Amino acid sequence: MSGFAQNTFNGLVSGAFYALLALGLAVIFGMLRVVNFAHGAFYMLGAFGAYVLLTEAGVPFWAALVIMPVGLGLLGMALERAVIHRLTTLDPLYNFLLTFGLTLILQDLVKLRYGVQSSPYETPSLLSGSVDFGLFDFPTYRVFILGFTVLLCVAVWWVLTRTRIGMVVRASTERPDLTRAFGIDVGRWVTPVFGFGIGLAGLAGVLAAPMRAVNPLMGADLIIVVFAVVVIGGLGSIFGSVAAGFGIGLVQAWGEAYLSNFPLVSQTIVFVVMAGVLLWRPAGLFGREEAPA
Amino acid sequence: MLRIENLSASYGEAQVLRDVSLQVSAGEVVTLVGRNGAGKSTLLRCVMGLHPGQRGTVELDGRDITRLPAHKRARLGLGWVPDDRGSYATLTVTENLTLPPTVGPDPWSLERVYAAFPALHTRRDSAATMLSGGEQQMLALARVLRMGARLLLCDEPTEGLSPLLVQQVGDLLREAKRHGVTVLLVEQNLHFATGVADRHYLLAEGRVAEAMDNSEVRSRERELLAYLGI
Repeated sequence: MSGFAQNTFNGLVSGAFYALLALGLAVIFGMLRVVNFAHGAFYMLGAFGAYVLLTEAGVPFWAALVIMPVGLGLLGMALERAVIHRLTTLDPLYNFLLTFGLTLILQDLVKLRYGVQSSPYETPSLLSGSVDFGLFDFPTYRVFILGFTVLLCVAVWWVLTRTRIGMVVRASTERPDLTRAFGIDVGRWVTPVFGFGIGLAGLAGVLAAPMRAVNPLMGADLIIVVFAVVVIGGLGSIFGSVAAGFGIGLVQAWGEAYLSNFPLVSQTIVFVVMAGVLLWRPAGLFGREEAPA
Repeated sequence: MLRIENLSASYGEAQVLRDVSLQVSAGEVVTLVGRNGAGKSTLLRCVMGLHPGQRGTVELDGRDITRLPAHKRARLGLGWVPDDRGSYATLTVTENLTLPPTVGPDPWSLERVYAAFPALHTRRDSAATMLSGGEQQMLALARVLRMGARLLLCDEPTEGLSPLLVQQVGDLLREAKRHGVTVLLVEQNLHFATGVADRHYLLAEGRVAEAMDNSEVRSRERELLAYLGI
């Protein structure tokens, strides 16, 4: 029983990272109709930035948790203004070329300076040790990640569903042309939303630094699963991306624990789920078919 | 109030509007009639600023708005009732109503909207796309009234409505007109059109084929219905 709880908990923690990354991809896709293949690179920059800040400037984890998301969010906004916004009128192939190209550039810039070996990042002292839940205990840091991410997702959900800004973002995401016809400057919201999505990726990166190996390729490994999560949840669906993020974290953890005798199955289970969902609901679990133009 | 001069528009290779010129004076209700594909909806989209690649001039109150983006046109007082009703699935009924900013001198309050449309009030917290077709049509009309738009661009607001609701739409448009609102109306229902409108333009193959008044439409109703294929 405690083994099951352990696996479930670890699945939810992995799911928290998927949820944060998928949420950012979802708001960006919803608003810009751009699939950001560079999302994993910004996650890596978040982790690497936290590492560099700590080792070269002595900036602690808590400060990095604010500095990196804000800094990367601003970088994201600059990139949106400089190049990303040009994608809206181009063939989707350019979307792939540009954002994938950005990924390679960002990864290689980090490699050039810091090499490819993984660097350790110490868990902040406040969150070291473990929490006793009676039958079992969990590392405090992982409990923190789970709580923090759930709070963040609830906050984003609250902003999206309960505020005027959220209403405008939902409307612009669903029917951009119609929303313009109702007097709303949809274009004005595009850059901040892109920056917000990138900021979330950076935040996930900082959170990952103490528990994952910090290296230039850490984002590339993760992002493949995140894209499966986004497709399962329904491209552009905010609720779907979060639900599928946690769901896939669980499926993966249970698969690794209980199907460890079948490594081929446990390693591909996410993609088996994705294929199944696509056969059953081509727009994803919470996605809606695009309205005809 | 609205002046359109030599307006042409196309979808890719297909030209939909050819040198259309027409005028709507302040306080008038004017309909566009024509067969499916005659370019009526495209004309409204051009006035709203949602059709890329158009030529010609669109003027509002003497001001050239041809190059103005859609959201700025809306803020000048244009209210669009799209042919697909434009309901947002991710917004509640109340949010659908309050999404557009108020733009005119005489916007309806939410209370007034709900008093006029009790069905919308009952379902105010539902997703707008969960409403019936007729209720969504009412929502689309209520939304531009709440904006306080001075010029309504209504794309077949009676399509698929029961006779009772058609009558209610007619009452609303007449009331709006009494308050000085101008309406450009795409309409296939000639009986409804002559009941609310002052003048009519017949669009055929992307051109203004004829301009008619109510008595002319009534006397030629049989011929026009046959032409429209209804």
